[in-house]
Amino acid sequence: MRRITLWLLSTVTLVVLLFSYRTSTGGSVQTDSAQVSTGGQTSTSSGGTTYKGSVVSTRWGDVQVTITVTDGKITDVAVPVYPSDNHKDQEINAYALPVLRQETLEAQSADIDTVSGATVTSDGYIESLQAALDAAHQ
Amino acid sequence: MTTRTLARRAWVEQVMGLPVSLHLRGERLTGDLIDERIAAVYREFRHVEAVLSPYRDDSDLSRWERGALHLEQADPMLAQVITLCEQARRRTEGWFDPRGLPDPRTGRPRYDPSGLVKGWGAERAARHLAALEGIGWCLNAGGDVLVHTPDDQPAWRIGIENPDDPARIMRVVERRTGAVATSGSAHRGTHIVDPHTRRPAIRTKAVTVAGPSLMWADVYATAAAARGPDALQWLDGLDGYEALLVARSGLLRATTGWPAA
Repeated sequence: MRRITLWLLSTVTLVVLLFSYRTSTGGSVQTDSAQVSTGGQTSTSSGGTTYKGSVVSTRWGDVQVTITVTDGKITDVAVPVYPSDNHKDQEINAYALPVLRQETLEAQSADIDTVSGATVTSDGYIESLQAALDAAHQ
Repeated sequence: MTTRTLARRAWVEQVMGLPVSLHLRGERLTGDLIDERIAAVYREFRHVEAVLSPYRDDSDLSRWERGALHLEQADPMLAQVITLCEQARRRTEGWFDPRGLPDPRTGRPRYDPSGLVKGWGAERAARHLAALEGIGWCLNAGGDVLVHTPDDQPAWRIGIENPDDPARIMRVVERRTGAVATSGSAHRGTHIVDPHTRRPAIRTKAVTVAGPSLMWADVYATAAAARGPDALQWLDGLDGYEALLVARSGLLRATTGWPAA
């Protein structure tokens, strides 16, 4: 259960990062600390268990994350509650949330620590797989 | 895998226009020594940036280029980097060349050693971690990676991104020490310049080089990305360095010693 809480926490951190990211290139990336507890679990038809994270209030709005775990591995990530008040939020939702889901699954299945790739600029960082890996350990 | 549990901590800062992340692994990752060493790493990056950034008008590099600063009066790092760049140009048979590169802001040709400074600066910064006994570390400067692993820890697993879809990993390589650097156009478009034609290099999508030094791995990767798939034979002859190359066609090729994982 501790591991699942950690997974939920790192995904929440990343969602919060997505909404808090400023395009300035100075300074370190700051995240609000989010307290996450697992808010219940349900079984899915495919034999996995879906864990629901608590709704976390952030400066940008409420965020909730669910993950589905099958045989000890995350098989799905969903963000049922997220900020969608303004145009920028909606843009992030449409583009970044599917990417986030893909990246969480990818990083886990490859079991990697870091990513080597063409030079990532500060602006592109937040969408990068490396950002997901950093958030998971911050 | 080890029987004891390893703690893991990560830091990220934006320096030199890049996200620089540092991950530590060890039994105990808190305390003044850790905080001080981490701060020293990022301080070193900022110092390198202040002296050698082509983006800053007040850097020693920019002032020297404008003729406002003599090399002898500049920070000694500038002269060191100029010497290393000349060495890099010779070692890569002219395919790495800081001369006449487009200015990142104006596009005008200028002397830009950034392709070497990133790896060189990261190696300098990582020296501040040598005092951390029994701690493994993984430094990633905008996609170029340098790692260290104590004997009792597992190797770091480095994913190499797919140049067609940077959210995906195309290969995984395990390293205990040394570097993995990638040059390509996935995030910044075709910014690698063919030094012979002064045109954007388009013959490769990405080149990854693994070897002992991050500076040289990055220099070789940039040179090979400009040179094209023909560079593979040249890369094969480099002692201690192995490479993976994705041609424009998407064909993936590796040097004979490329580590399988």
